[in-house]
Amino acid sequence: MIAGDSKLRLASKARLRFDRQSSRFMLLYPERGLVLNGTAADVLQRCTGERTVDSIVEELAQKYGQQHHAVEKEVMDFLRTMADRGLVQSVA
Amino acid sequence: MSDSPRPYTLVAELTYRCPLRCVYCSNPVDYGRHDREMDTETWLRVLREAEDLGVVQLNLTGGEPLVRDDLEALIAEARRLDLYTNLITSGIPLRRERLARFRELGLDNVQISIQDTQAASSDRIAGSRSFERKLVVAGWVKELGFPLTLNTVLHRDNLDRIDEVVALAERLAADRLELANTQYLGWALPNRAALLPTREQLERARRVAADARRRLRGTMEVLFVTPDYYTDLPKACMDGWARRFILVSPDGLALPCHAAHTLPGLTFDSVTDRPLGDIWRDSSGFQAFRGESWMLEPCRSCDRRAIDFGGCRCQAFHLTGTAAAADPVCHLSADHGLIEAARATAEHGDAGPFVYRNAHGTVTP
Repeated sequence: MIAGDSKLRLASKARLRFDRQSSRFMLLYPERGLVLNGTAADVLQRCTGERTVDSIVEELAQKYGQQHHAVEKEVMDFLRTMADRGLVQSVA
Repeated sequence: MSDSPRPYTLVAELTYRCPLRCVYCSNPVDYGRHDREMDTETWLRVLREAEDLGVVQLNLTGGEPLVRDDLEALIAEARRLDLYTNLITSGIPLRRERLARFRELGLDNVQISIQDTQAASSDRIAGSRSFERKLVVAGWVKELGFPLTLNTVLHRDNLDRIDEVVALAERLAADRLELANTQYLGWALPNRAALLPTREQLERARRVAADARRRLRGTMEVLFVTPDYYTDLPKACMDGWARRFILVSPDGLALPCHAAHTLPGLTFDSVTDRPLGDIWRDSSGFQAFRGESWMLEPCRSCDRRAIDFGGCRCQAFHLTGTAAAADPVCHLSADHGLIEAARATAEHGDAGPFVYRNAHGTVTP
């Protein structure tokens, strides 16, 4: 279960790539790919296994000029979806 | 994703050579007539041209891609181009050192096929002794830090052991399990009577797969590729003709799918003669079934025409003789009775002997 103090990284099968045609980041994994919106890309680029979800939320709240709690729900929902799909993992 | 044609995936069929002789091989039955293989330089150019067109996924396949001694060069170039590269292999012939080298060069994923969960039945489908070796190679894949996809093609002889397939995938710590019901093209079509399962077998397998998907959520992605013979709606074959995929055959033919060159009256170009981008945009073979203007009834006025694109052109041709016809899997097809008859045979008929893949194109046992 993902919580504020979880440290996450991309699953070993997943890789980010910038797509020139759409000017967006894509998350690529076997035979599939997701085209990411700006927030999703910002979150996943920070899932390097070193930082807690809370600190990622804090940084993005500052970047977007929004309240912490407003960003928190969006980020948590997104990360839980990604974890269910096996695309991000908690670092033990 | 926008709706205009953009290839996201290049399927590079590097060779038709293979140590296995699987009875459902997707290679064309006349593959033996196409034994010329492109050289390394040409493949490297194809990778660059594909990436330039928008391709982000590369499947290295065949035949058995490991029989090419230039996989290292192709993997390195794919990594330089930032392609997500998946090696689709039987795992034979492979040394651990070579696999480790692939890892250093940036290969992203390894997909190994397992024909069944027991050596005798697996080797019987593959027409060669290979099962034990595959398990060893799957172990190396994980030890070296690769993600592992396990692929099992399902049919009437192994469908009842789908629980064991799931257990084997768990034991091998697969990251992804593809439970792919046989697609009845290539060598699977002449073997259809021996491969097509009964509805009861299929429904049970579907439940097992659904349970596994729930239970393993987050640790193993479980895919169950529905067999279209038991649906009444066709699938969007290749996500639509020449919309998302390019396949290049060992001798250089650029195609919208594995079997497009078995359709009569279409012209496909070789990447040795024309740049891939020209072929993708303009060649008559790629244009033939793009959009909707080629459709006949019942597809032409169907609500689902932009969802399933009329199904599989190759299946339509090989079963009805008309490539532009509705896929006979569709309950609205005038030829749907052909599918119902095949199901009835599976229910009551004699399974029949296997025809093994062979270079002579011999399809009688």
